[in-house]
Amino acid sequence: MQGKDTAGLIVLILGLAAVPWVIGNDYYLGVLIFAAFNCLTCIGLCLLMGYAGQISLGHGAFVAIGAYTSGILTTTLGWSPWAAMGAAVLLVTGVAAIVGIPTLRLKGHYLAMATLGFASIIHILAVATVDLTGGPSGLLDIPRLSIFGYPLDSDRRYFYFSWAVVVVGLYVAFNLINSRVGRGLRALHGSEDAAASLGVNITAYKIQVFIMSAVYASVSGSMYAYYVNYIDPGPFGVMHSVLLVTMVAVGGMYRIWGAFTGAVLLSLLPEMLSFATDYLQVIGIAYKPDYDILVYGTILLIIMLFLPEGVFDGLGRAVRAGKQMIRR
Amino acid sequence: MLEKKAEHILWLENIRKVFGGVVAVDDLTIGVEKGSVTSVIGPNGAGKTTVFNLITGFLSPSSGRIVYSGRALNRLRPHRIASLGIARTFQNVRLFPQMTVLENVMVGRHLRSAAGIFFSSALPPAWRREEARIRQEAMDWLEFVGLTGHARAIAGNLPLGSQRMLEIARALAIEPHLILLDEPAAGLNSRETIAMGELIEKIRQQRMTVVLVEHDMELVMDISDRVLVINFGRLIGDGTPEAVQDDPDVIAAYLGE
Repeated sequence: MQGKDTAGLIVLILGLAAVPWVIGNDYYLGVLIFAAFNCLTCIGLCLLMGYAGQISLGHGAFVAIGAYTSGILTTTLGWSPWAAMGAAVLLVTGVAAIVGIPTLRLKGHYLAMATLGFASIIHILAVATVDLTGGPSGLLDIPRLSIFGYPLDSDRRYFYFSWAVVVVGLYVAFNLINSRVGRGLRALHGSEDAAASLGVNITAYKIQVFIMSAVYASVSGSMYAYYVNYIDPGPFGVMHSVLLVTMVAVGGMYRIWGAFTGAVLLSLLPEMLSFATDYLQVIGIAYKPDYDILVYGTILLIIMLFLPEGVFDGLGRAVRAGKQMIRR
Repeated sequence: MLEKKAEHILWLENIRKVFGGVVAVDDLTIGVEKGSVTSVIGPNGAGKTTVFNLITGFLSPSSGRIVYSGRALNRLRPHRIASLGIARTFQNVRLFPQMTVLENVMVGRHLRSAAGIFFSSALPPAWRREEARIRQEAMDWLEFVGLTGHARAIAGNLPLGSQRMLEIARALAIEPHLILLDEPAAGLNSRETIAMGELIEKIRQQRMTVVLVEHDMELVMDISDRVLVINFGRLIGDGTPEAVQDDPDVIAAYLGE
């Protein structure tokens, strides 16, 4: 972890501590809790995309496995939520290894294709295995989490908990990218041949970081299940995986803070759009939530054309340009 | 006919490499003596870079065997070969362009450090003694090639001459016994080429064995103990720089008959 990242993390913690005091409304707190889940998944995905140079179009499936494993083990087998979360992590580690080992041994973007298929398979399984997952009607009565007997039963408590996990996720990611392993990952993104010629086992590193990013997604899924207490296959379609990749790309995949920014912005976007709906109605445009996907697409297109390094980098450049103008 | 000797750190025996129907390397047998500077020369497309790729595991030979320090290298993957002590540079410099100059060399210390993914994730680098050691050793290798002043620069922004020096520093950082340099002077001006010659001499003084592919004949004749001449994937000349210069076969290959 470098000085700038440490400073960023401290500012983030202070900011987060203040949020529930500023936003009293449980609905908006809930929106921010969902943003935390996406953030966690996107930090892991950023390690894979930005640092190891691989794309996964199936991270929604790992979120689903985390959520369903937690849901099934706690409701039908009566496990404790924490044990179920741990079991989900182990399961996802195994599944990610099965998906990743054959595809990451090949050069090129085979992982993207394999994970896309994998995402559809998991979604179909969630719908079809009615005895296990409840099928389309879902799983009910998933218990809440509690920490040492202290139940996380209010939105404010869950807000602090979920964002604390995001902060830990950021801390782990920053440590990793500034370490020997992280340098190996960034190196193989720069040139696989050069990295291999220096003794970096590029295949092993790609597999490890893929598994690690899947674990981020799994934890995010478990936390989701314990927050909403009800899961169905709806939110875990292939489009969710695509949305996660969009978040990372919009924010900027070459920096952890970029993925973080992208995840927060796009998680809040539906809310912003529903605000805008009222104003649009005044000028005679009937905006429907169905159009959200169009807006996402447009945003991605504009970002890729004008800010290929993402919003976060674009902001940084704007600040630097502003400073220069003031100096003159 | 050549024979394998004890002082050969690297021995290629009857190596053949065929791409589709094209024979790139044809029944090549060469030995490299420990502690020497050996140059491989030959016209463009003679198969010199292919030989480097075969030695370092980026290609595997269609037939024949490669022995390094008494160990067969056939079928080993590049990172395993690096771990045995063979380093290389690339004809078209392959740096990690987004990383700093220092970080590039730090990647070269990969094999000389041990932290795995769990340990790396759990503790900040500043708390780990190994990170400080890697950084210091990388600085030492930057000093060796004279790039200390550029340590914090982004590697991709360096001029070509410095990029080649950096690539060599990165390869040296693995502390190899054998280093393969693929056209280290290509694209360098005459002043930079002289500096490159001095650097290669310095590497030899570190008791490393150097093999280089090079087109700059002045450099080759100046620093080599031995020169191997390859044409159409075959060895057509082998000897001291003086002997090779006077070899009629070699002159014919270069000038045409």
